Amino acid sequence: MSWLSNAFDRLRFRARPPVDDRSRMRAVANNLILHLHPTRVPAPALRFTHTWGLGGISALLTVILVITGVLLMFRYDASVERAYASIQTLETVVPFGALLRNVHHWSANLLVITVLLHLVRVFLTGGFFRDRRGNWIFGLFLLLIVLAFNFTGYLLPWDQLAFWAITVGTGLLDYVPVVGVLVANFLLGGREVGQAALRNFYALHVAVLPVVLMLALSYHFWRVRKDGGVALPDQTGPIEKLTTIPHLVGIELGIALVTLTAVMLFAMLVPAPLEAMANPAHPPNPAKAAWYFLGVQELLLHMHPLAALTLSAIGLLGLAAVPFWDRDDSAIGIGGRSARGRKAAWLGVALSLLLTPLLVVIDEWWLDLPALLPGLPTLVSNGLIPLGLTLAGLAGIYWLIRLALRTRHNEALVGLFSFTMNALVVLTLIGIFFRGPNMALVWPW
Amino acid sequence: MTPPPVPSAPETTMSRRNFLSLGLGALGLVGLLQTGVMTVQFLGPRRVDGEFGGVVQAGLVESFPPGSVTEFPDGRFFLVRLADGGFLAVYRRCTHLGCAVSWQAAENRFACPCHGSYFDQEGDVENPPAPRALDTFAITITDGTVIVDTAEPRQRDAFDATQVVYPAGA
Repeated sequence: MSWLSNAFDRLRFRARPPVDDRSRMRAVANNLILHLHPTRVPAPALRFTHTWGLGGISALLTVILVITGVLLMFRYDASVERAYASIQTLETVVPFGALLRNVHHWSANLLVITVLLHLVRVFLTGGFFRDRRGNWIFGLFLLLIVLAFNFTGYLLPWDQLAFWAITVGTGLLDYVPVVGVLVANFLLGGREVGQAALRNFYALHVAVLPVVLMLALSYHFWRVRKDGGVALPDQTGPIEKLTTIPHLVGIELGIALVTLTAVMLFAMLVPAPLEAMANPAHPPNPAKAAWYFLGVQELLLHMHPLAALTLSAIGLLGLAAVPFWDRDDSAIGIGGRSARGRKAAWLGVALSLLLTPLLVVIDEWWLDLPALLPGLPTLVSNGLIPLGLTLAGLAGIYWLIRLALRTRHNEALVGLFSFTMNALVVLTLIGIFFRGPNMALVWPW
Repeated sequence: MTPPPVPSAPETTMSRRNFLSLGLGALGLVGLLQTGVMTVQFLGPRRVDGEFGGVVQAGLVESFPPGSVTEFPDGRFFLVRLADGGFLAVYRRCTHLGCAVSWQAAENRFACPCHGSYFDQEGDVENPPAPRALDTFAITITDGTVIVDTAEPRQRDAFDATQVVYPAGA
């Protein structure tokens, strides 16, 4: 049995933490996973409230999703006759099947939140200046991948929720001029959600998107290292550097444990929803898209679908244009660009908390543009005009913040960004909680 | 005696090497295009014969009384017989975001539960957000039998009389 004790000794020896800084740095450089990190990190980059660990949490959730997802694949059938039954079996028969599905479901939902917060954090601390410009835009691409993952995964349980959310979601595509119907038919493998759509979405969800994500994520991480890690304010003097072991790794393990515990607890307490089996003849009332698309669906209730899509596209392009829009890179690494910028951010949040619900209610109950302008086609009266008004309103917010607080351009942009992001949150909350049968406004209680 | 001048080769800027590499590149491009088209075709929409997307034998003209609406769940359409005896095959898919409309006989209308659109018996919009009338399918009436082709829904902004098919002799 000497080989066994030898093996144990080797494990123990390798697990023994390195004792001095030099060997700690070597341990990082020689480890496949730790090698993602530099051997030493600037002390200010380790401050938790500078990053909130959001990128790391997102990466951890991705790992959880891959592991639970692969396990789920062993018990899932991508056919309209058996998909729902296989989920039911998972929920009731398979040991810990329900927990596994809950962890996958809630991690996926949490990932949408953490990557969005990650985006907000990187914007606010100026993580897109100079060399980081490319990775900022690439990060937006990653956001789209995460949304595509969630969208394709949403259909797989084949219950009423899944079926009609995907029907409504792909129904949106029909309004994209020229290519919309073609793309929708191609995605669904036909004109309606059916067997072909289920198989397409499954293949995308478990094969195509994971490969794309793996490559894209590797590039994202590599760029983070190349661009010098977390964006920090320009230093005049020498900057204190700490070894990655134990300073960074310790924080990371702590955050990872908290995240894991939180996800596990949540998954144990709150079951992932599963409604009745999909019935293509009877949509539920109301039929809502997945919650992260409800902000866009809320826009649809107020303007022509083409206008709502255009507005969303402008928002995304605006985010991609941020590095070209704000070129004052002296504010790099400073939260909100400056104290006044932080004030502008809060003003933006307050304005959108006030204005967004107000506009929703006004448009819902009093303002009926197509009836006011009967001579115009609805594409103009309900599309072009609301779109123009919204964009003009956003420009108005920018100038209001700029003049009221006497801010510079980059600080007013922070205000505009906060306004838009918070408006998206408010619209999403209205879509989730305040829309009842026939999508009428209701109180949630 | 001077040798006769060699007929000079026609002036060209392309060397043999350039020509070959250009040709190779062009062939590669064609190959890529071919595989691209093959992939798109491979992944493209699939039709199942005999189900939705095929031709549906709805039944004899006499079995649909004027003013009636009959649902064909497999064909995804409602066969409407108007009061004047004409036929209209109305696609079930709401023109707003694609939910399935249902026929409410008491109110004499199609209703979409998802976002509250209503349509009258001819499929015209009674209540938005639906932007246009329900789509229709082509109808032929042969030997007194109503046949509906569900291959391609026909879009229309509103109902007009040319969309109605009348049985022969009616």
